[in-house]
Amino acid sequence: MTAVVRFADVEVGTELPGQVSRVTRADLVRYAGASGDFNVIHWNERVATEVGLPGVIAHGMLTAGLAARAVTAWAGDPGALVEYSVRFSRPVVVPDDDQGAEVVVAGRVAALLDDDRVRVDLTVTSDGAKVLSLARAVVQL
Amino acid sequence: MTLDASLVGRSYPPSAVYEVGREKIAEFAAALGDPDPVYRDPVAARAAGHPDVIAPPTFAIVLSLGAGDVVLADPDVDIDYSRVVHGEQKFVHHRPVRAGDRLVATASIEAVRSVAGNDMLTTRVDLATEDGEPVCRTSAMLVARGSAS
Repeated sequence: MTAVVRFADVEVGTELPGQVSRVTRADLVRYAGASGDFNVIHWNERVATEVGLPGVIAHGMLTAGLAARAVTAWAGDPGALVEYSVRFSRPVVVPDDDQGAEVVVAGRVAALLDDDRVRVDLTVTSDGAKVLSLARAVVQL
Repeated sequence: MTLDASLVGRSYPPSAVYEVGREKIAEFAAALGDPDPVYRDPVAARAAGHPDVIAPPTFAIVLSLGAGDVVLADPDVDIDYSRVVHGEQKFVHHRPVRAGDRLVATASIEAVRSVAGNDMLTTRVDLATEDGEPVCRTSAMLVARGSAS
């Protein structure tokens, strides 16, 4: 594993480059196939609203995967991400249009750990609201 | 209804071997819109120090979803799946999952809780090669909304 970022070059507060993604219904279908998660609430508006959701929602792990991308792109080697945890605090509602939903990811180094590891805390929002909380990655630099 | 605390620690038989393929990894990376060449190009992966293309850090969900179904199918795990939402997810990687891996998933119950009328079930899935090398540990916390009322 060879992270491009060096431990000596980061400090608590170092910010990761921000990332903005758009998630459309087509992206949900693609993620369903790739992940094997075919829960109907991720593709069927009728069922989603019947169970009390505002509409079709993104797979939590799709949102978490997009957020992890911001960390792996920064680190320079996805193999450097050794721990990753998220809490799904709010669903990302994906409208039936060409624009989809926006997922905005910001991250900063929150702690320097032993063995040249750092903890990165992520802030992940859609439509101005936090969709993940306690989104944290441990990166081996 | 409340989940029985004695379920904690229960372990399930290991899954059949899952062989990780380059095409599946590339498909998963594409679904995340991630262009990183280490997910597609063995030469780029080797240049980064990996024996073959590696999988995105959240790829392990593909195996842990399937392995976790064993827990939900346990008749002692009295949970209404139609009310279940994914509350939390954690991955601890011993090393990246990579193409060519032959992985076995072993599920167990890590925790059960009941808070404000919601049942919470934390399922752990350990991924290891068929030779026993640990690769990844995942924990999924599922919330069954209102099922305890």
